[in-house]
Amino acid sequence: MRALTWAYMAALYAFIFLPVAVLVTFSFQDGRLPVPPLQGVSLRWYETVLSDRNLMAALGNSLLVAVVSSTAALFLGFLAAHALARVRLPGSVLMRGLLIAPMTVSYLIIALGLLTVFNQTGIRLSLWTAGIGHVVINLPLCFAITYAAMGDQQRSAERAARDLGASDWQVLAHVSAPMLAPALAAAFFLSVTFSWDEFIIAFLLTRFDVTLPVEIWSMLRSGLSPATNAIGSLVFLVSVSLVIALELTIFRRAR
Amino acid sequence: MTLAARERRLGWGLVAPALLWTLAFFVLPFVAMLALSFARMEGREVVAGFDPGNYIRFFTDWTLFKALVTSLEITAVVTVVSLILAYPLAAIIAFRVPQRWQRLALLLAVLPFWTSYVVRSYSWLLVLGQNGVVNKTLLWAGLIAEPLEIAATRTATIIGFVHFFVMLLTLTIYANLIQLSPNYARAAQDLGAGRIATFIHVILPLTLPGVVTGAFLTFVLCIGDYITPQILGGNNELTLPQLIMLQLGRSGNFPLASALSVILMAVVTLAYAASARWLRLDRL
Repeated sequence: MRALTWAYMAALYAFIFLPVAVLVTFSFQDGRLPVPPLQGVSLRWYETVLSDRNLMAALGNSLLVAVVSSTAALFLGFLAAHALARVRLPGSVLMRGLLIAPMTVSYLIIALGLLTVFNQTGIRLSLWTAGIGHVVINLPLCFAITYAAMGDQQRSAERAARDLGASDWQVLAHVSAPMLAPALAAAFFLSVTFSWDEFIIAFLLTRFDVTLPVEIWSMLRSGLSPATNAIGSLVFLVSVSLVIALELTIFRRAR
Repeated sequence: MTLAARERRLGWGLVAPALLWTLAFFVLPFVAMLALSFARMEGREVVAGFDPGNYIRFFTDWTLFKALVTSLEITAVVTVVSLILAYPLAAIIAFRVPQRWQRLALLLAVLPFWTSYVVRSYSWLLVLGQNGVVNKTLLWAGLIAEPLEIAATRTATIIGFVHFFVMLLTLTIYANLIQLSPNYARAAQDLGAGRIATFIHVILPLTLPGVVTGAFLTFVLCIGDYITPQILGGNNELTLPQLIMLQLGRSGNFPLASALSVILMAVVTLAYAASARWLRLDRL
């Protein structure tokens, strides 16, 4: 029974890691196809990828869209969460439901809806329109995370600050936000990773400047290539570093 | 102005930007799409109106309706297989792995989550393709004479999906299992239940809300996904999202694409209604 348990665990980890292992291994392929046999180890595909101007532009676009849209989503979500957690407003249950609703809808439908509106109003597609879509999907996330993190302890601190003469904005900026720092950071980085990796919204709502997943998508059309492996491995490396950094800083402190 | 009124005005001021954003870029687009789904194509022109033709066409034209059937079949298989694979893994991590290693075990189990979604499907192509790792290994071992055709089939789509959702479900089920007090299992065993009976009658029912929540999440994400079937599934059959994208791309038929999207959303809503009793979306 014991042996069986560990064997099962090993088999599933192997299944989970198989594609990533293959991806990374054949990014070093010294040949034209990223399939076995491995003909030798070379860094030339990384060179190809890093000197590809379209790819690097897409990478920059992705970072820009991710950071700007996540900042906007966090700002909107935090303010709304603060209001709904602190002030008794009529219809607050309805408002909470409305703010969370986009989470339950497929990205494809959100993208198609926005595309319809942009087409009808004549708004040109650009990185901005994709960014708008990313705020729509990340706002519920930021709202839910910050809303869940607001406790009574903060309420007392906020009241104390107000009694000592702080204005509403001072309370928000100097008391509420710093006390929620771990939740705010978690919401922000989660939004960044979602936006940075999002495909369908970015695909339908950009035109000339595109984000990295869209650029990788167009690389796929020309078939298997170790260059795709290389850019995939680089993305993986960046994401994993981010996750490990988060794990070691914010989540460790939160526990 | 009284303090309460002042507070309320501030509250409205803070919640208004997020509400307006959601109304302008989520509710309004959905309404626009709903309206468009009742429009008609004349040549390449969209003619507004109230014409249920797109919906009638969907339910009477088998080539369209088949996409929904394909999507439902794939999603059902993926959900069941992923649950069956993920539950034991989550249980092993929660109950067999020493406490101080659990977080690491979990982090490792979801590490490939952080590869780009597009790249992950592409990686499976390298594994399952005709010259891929699986075929080369089996040929080398002499187990098969001809390469198996796995890539560009429904099986490949399902494998790609299961890979993603095993990771997701392991996380959600683990979170549920770890909240259980060990006293439940202890009490059942004191009362004479064996290990299997304890699991079936005590542990499984207690984790059912988590399982249903995970299954619902799998259903929603799987049935709405375009990338995985497009990269791995080949051209033999289309899923509903692929059909929607095809309408947009090739024929520019926005009204039909909108109607198909409304149908996709209705299916998800039905799934929600069916599982709402057990859903704990707030506990994710």
